[in-house]
Formats: sequence, C-alpha cells, structure tokens
Amino acid sequence: MIFFCNQHRGMMVRSSVALLALFVLMLSGCATGPNANPRDPLEPFNRSMYRFNDTVDRAVIKPVATAYRDVLPSPVRTGVTNFFANLQDAWSFVNNALQLKGEAAGNSFFRFGVNTVLGLGGVLDIASEMRIERKTEDFGQTLGYWGVGSGPYLVLPLLGPSTVRDTVAIPVDAQGNLVNGIDDVPVRNSLTTLNLLNLRARLLEASDMLEQVALDPYTFTRDAFLQRRQNDVYDGNPPDEAEPAEPTDANTGK
Amino acid sequence: MMKRRFLNQWLLALAASLSMLAVLPAQAADEAPDALINRLTKEALDTIQADKAVQAGDVARIIELMDEKVMPHLNFQRMTASAVGPAWRQATPEQRKRLEAEFKTLLVRTYSGAMSQAKNLSFNVKPLRAASDDKEVLVRTVIIGRGDPVQLDYRLEKTPGVGAGWKIFNLNVLGVWLVETYRSQFAQEINAKGLDGLIGSLTERNKSNAAANAKPAKS
Repeated sequence: MIFFCNQHRGMMVRSSVALLALFVLMLSGCATGPNANPRDPLEPFNRSMYRFNDTVDRAVIKPVATAYRDVLPSPVRTGVTNFFANLQDAWSFVNNALQLKGEAAGNSFFRFGVNTVLGLGGVLDIASEMRIERKTEDFGQTLGYWGVGSGPYLVLPLLGPSTVRDTVAIPVDAQGNLVNGIDDVPVRNSLTTLNLLNLRARLLEASDMLEQVALDPYTFTRDAFLQRRQNDVYDGNPPDEAEPAEPTDANTGK
Repeated sequence: MMKRRFLNQWLLALAASLSMLAVLPAQAADEAPDALINRLTKEALDTIQADKAVQAGDVARIIELMDEKVMPHLNFQRMTASAVGPAWRQATPEQRKRLEAEFKTLLVRTYSGAMSQAKNLSFNVKPLRAASDDKEVLVRTVIIGRGDPVQLDYRLEKTPGVGAGWKIFNLNVLGVWLVETYRSQFAQEINAKGLDGLIGSLTERNKSNAAANAKPAKS
C-alpha cells in the first residue's frame, strides 16, 4: 500500500535536472489542455512523459525488478531497504534541523548513529526495534515548510511524479545523498542502481494494484501524489480544504 | 411439575435477556467516534489474524466480511455522491444505485488484496480533537507493522440513533483521501461520456479485475 516513497528523489541527476526544469517551464507557455486542472497546467506534457515512463517501466525496469524480487530472499531485500533508509535518515536529520524540528532531528540523528554502529552499517534497523520514530524529510519538504508552494505538477522522465518545487530540490537532495559522496564511480553507480531497483521491487504490488483501482492511472497517480506531498509537508496535518465543501475542482457534468 | 415450570420460566427469561443483549448495542448510548474506530480496527485486525481464508487472499470471504463488519459503519452513498460531484444531482435513482454498487465493488475487490498482507499489525488511535457538539469529526490512527507506520484517518458524520451513532464518509491512507482521489477521474469520464459512460467504465473495470483475479495467483 505504500505507493509514493520519496526516496526516488535524491539521485544522480544533478545539473541535468535544472536544465530539464527550464525546458519544462518553457513548455508551460503553450501547453494547456481543454479541461485543465488548475494544479496540472502542464497536463499534455506530463501525460506524454507518463506514457514514456510507463513504456520504459514495462519493457525494462519492472521485469528486472521482478527478477530481483524473485531471486533475492526477503531478508536480503529488507537489509538493502534498511541500508538506504539509514542513509536517508542522515539527510532527514539535516532537513528536520532546517525545519527547526528539534525532536525529529534528534531522532533522525540517533537513528542514524544506532543503525550505523549497532545495525552493521544500517543493514539492521535496530532503531525501529527501539521504537525511535523515523521522520523522513527531504529538501522539497523543507522548502514547503518555509512557505514555498508546490507549483504545478510535473512528471519527470524516469523519476516519475514530482512538482516544480520538488524538482528544484532534487540537486540539493542529491548533494545530501551519502551515496553521491562516494568517489569511486562504479561503486557509486552500483549503489544507486541497487537503491532504485530495490525501491521499484517494493512497489511491484502497489503498481499492480494501481492498474486495477484506477480508471485513469495518470489522474489517480497525480491526485494521490499531490495529496501525499501536501500531507508530508504538513506532517500529517494539512490545512482543511477538501471537506465537506461541494467538489470545487470537479467540472459540472451535463 | 413445579420444577419444570420454573425451568421453563427461567429459560424464557434467559432467552429474553439474551435477545435483549443482542439488540442492546444498537440501543445503547451512541459510541464516541474514536471509540468506534478503535473497536472496528481491533475487530478487523483480530479477524485478519484469525481467519485463514482472509490471509490466503480469498476475495469472496473478504467481501463477505466487509459487508458484514464494515459496510454498516460507512455512509457509502455519501462517499459515492461526493466522488461523482455535481453530476450526482442529475443522476436518476437507478444510476445512483449502479454507481454505488460498481464503486463499492471496485474498492473492495482492490483493497482486499492488501488485507491478506496485513499480519501482525498493531495500531493506535490518536486523541480526538473535537467539540462535543461537532457533527463531523476526524479520527486519526496509525497502523504499526514492519516498516514505517501507516497513517490511516477517517472522517465521520454524526448519525444519532443510527448504527453506532457515527458513520464513516471518507478515509485517508498515507495522507491520501479516497474520495478526492476519484473525483477528477470521475469528472473526466462524465465530461467525456456522461454519467452512463462513467457507469460503463466502472463496470468494465470491475469485469476485467475479476478476470485478472480469477487467474491463478502469481507467486
């Protein structure tokens, strides 16, 4: 059920993303659909990017992730998940601190310390056994915390759902990703690939479910992603906007 | 003789008090919304834990359980109406009935897959922040299992004297409200093909889901 993990953000992309954001912003001038959703003015572009990602996923990524899941025993995959989540905790510490969230920052710091030292470099999640709560925060959330709006929805090539704000945050998250601090390029690339593959494998069931539960997977993904991001920025307490008012964003049917 | 009559009376009294007991929950003072969610979650998790058929992902059994345990506590008509949006007002009673039925099938069938994975979970209900005269409240819970805790929130409306006194009309999984997630999709269908088009799409999707689920499960 855990659809939209945030970990696919901090990656190798770096400067290419800034260029891409620029490119997309240039596109935004001309691309508006007939029933444009106010939060998705780039829908035509996003839809074609979604189709592209979906094609690549079906052809390559999903089959490889399925093989990965079928070959590696579950404890190994859990270890991989824990290892990268531990690195994420270090970056969450920084972002919790940037958001002046003292307790969460302390927890992230302590989690990273405990899991790195006692959990064999993060492979074992001892901190969760000790009931130290994980509060994952990335730089997009930090920007949101300080009042930066999410901007339009944006589907990135290969990375999938994002917003303009979160896209701008990607290079910063990439800097904060400890894997990117490794100088040895083959090691760094292998680790990044492993992280992504493991993430995709964890989402296999969710993505199968999406195909069943959605009438339009693009719209379903968008609406769920935007809500989830908003929820994350507000730590589970987003300002009430949806209920119980009449549906405002739905167009009147005839 | 005396003895037998006494026994008869006693049995009658017992039967009467037992039947009283059976209707008692319905007549009892309305439950607090957070207490209701607490009870329902506990029942659900206990059932999943105990029921081999549910754990094996038996869709028919899960649907049966949902109908019996969950549906009485949902205002599913309101959920459907809210997802359909303004077009609901123009819908005929027949269309409304079909929309409700197909939407329910879509949700139950899909989420039943997730139920089979819900083993060894615990949960807690967060303190309720609501005034005593609130007609609608938000109850927040956290499901704890392996991995990160899962946020699961409910919106309930007051239904004095009906059911437990409250009914759920929206739920939020990991920050995503169910009804809102369908609103744009439904609006798209209605704009393109009208209400009957939406009903058709839902029916079609349910048919293909049933066919896909009927295939032997992947390992």
